[in-house]
Amino acid sequence: MCLGIPMKIVEMDGQEAVAIAGGIRKRIRLDLLDGVQMGDFVLIHTGYAIEKLDAEEARETLELIKQVYRAGMTGETEETTS
Amino acid sequence: MTDSFLEEFKDPKLAKRLAESISAITLDRPVTVMHVCGTHEHAIGRAGIRAVLPKGLRLVAGPGCPVCVCPARDIDLAVAAARIDDVTVTTFGDMFRVPSTTSSLEEEKASGGDVRVVYSPLDAVEFARKHPERRVIFIAVGFETTAAPIAASLLAGPPENFFILPSLRIIPPALTFLLEGGAGPVEGFILPGHVSTVIGVDGYRFLDEIFHVPGVIAGFEPVDVLRAVRELLAQIGGEKKSSVVNLYRRVVNEEGNRKAQDAIAKVFRVDDVEWRGIGTIPNSGLVLRSEFERIDAVKHLGLTVDTEPVDIRPGCLCHKVILGESEPEECKLFGEACTPRRPHGPCMVSSEGTCRARYQYRPVNQKPRE
Repeated sequence: MCLGIPMKIVEMDGQEAVAIAGGIRKRIRLDLLDGVQMGDFVLIHTGYAIEKLDAEEARETLELIKQVYRAGMTGETEETTS
Repeated sequence: MTDSFLEEFKDPKLAKRLAESISAITLDRPVTVMHVCGTHEHAIGRAGIRAVLPKGLRLVAGPGCPVCVCPARDIDLAVAAARIDDVTVTTFGDMFRVPSTTSSLEEEKASGGDVRVVYSPLDAVEFARKHPERRVIFIAVGFETTAAPIAASLLAGPPENFFILPSLRIIPPALTFLLEGGAGPVEGFILPGHVSTVIGVDGYRFLDEIFHVPGVIAGFEPVDVLRAVRELLAQIGGEKKSSVVNLYRRVVNEEGNRKAQDAIAKVFRVDDVEWRGIGTIPNSGLVLRSEFERIDAVKHLGLTVDTEPVDIRPGCLCHKVILGESEPEECKLFGEACTPRRPHGPCMVSSEGTCRARYQYRPVNQKPRE
């Protein structure tokens, strides 16, 4: 129900936009999100962009996970404070 | 920027290593943790995550399926609406087959009612605009994630022949209810990633401040769920201080989506509402503010139902499954008298339902019940 699909913004016209993912093009609304730019990745839920995806945070998270991968079962160093 | 960073989260090698590190954890006592999101149940089932959990750890599904907790009375009202000649009922697909007390929207459509499945409230508004001769009702069911788009579509000024049947619920009061004794000994929560985009980390501070229970906001890849489990175990085991942690930072921030919160607050106010099989949870529902009451389908159409609503049919364990008190497999009907093709209760109907997900990912060699 709360399914969110990450899609990339490829056209914008006011509060309307077109986003793509996996070969699918969809008309979406931007009413719930400020500062969206062309090329941004956004999470789409029931036709509305509800949040931007933060590539920098994504890379940091991946790096943390890979540290676990490299460290094996010991020596986890993950920082998870909120 | 390419989307490869999203693909990397699906790397099975990372998930395998994380799974190994979690399997190696030894618990000195039984521990129960809960997620409250149908999409998490699918992620867990699809990846077989329960099979790699340490011995003694139960990962249960709580009330994370909005369609499952929508009371039968609300569907009875939608059924009543579908029987009015000039009314079109629009609904998310998940609601279409859910049994009400005496019928379902699917049965009403089969009997000639105008019931249409839509992907978005925008589709319902669009239909209303194109068909001014019809009164169009949208069944507004969902949690915060869905409430925000519905609020936005109402703020945009729908046509006068558009109405909603409000059945929206919010997650934090349900967690409070569970912690105040509504469920068994849950020691930590995996928090729903996309509800969290709206309410942020701040929406859950009470977990730690009032109940001293850990909560971890998690995404929906196997690595996301595995990391959440590991974090919860570290907090429950005392290696870390109990707190609310955001492990879905690529989407969720501290304060959430303020614009979405504002849209919800402009259109709705909180009130006590019923959750199917659970009962009334204080301040857990969103009802239309007086300025928007004219679009309340129940009031505008004067909808009523004569029959006493039946939320849980005899034999069905949905009410216990929803609270994480029973596993679907403990229900005598599961997989036999109750299947996705012939569902007996709401948890088997909705794709987000715990029974449905458990049935979909059941072991292929599972023996029939004796």
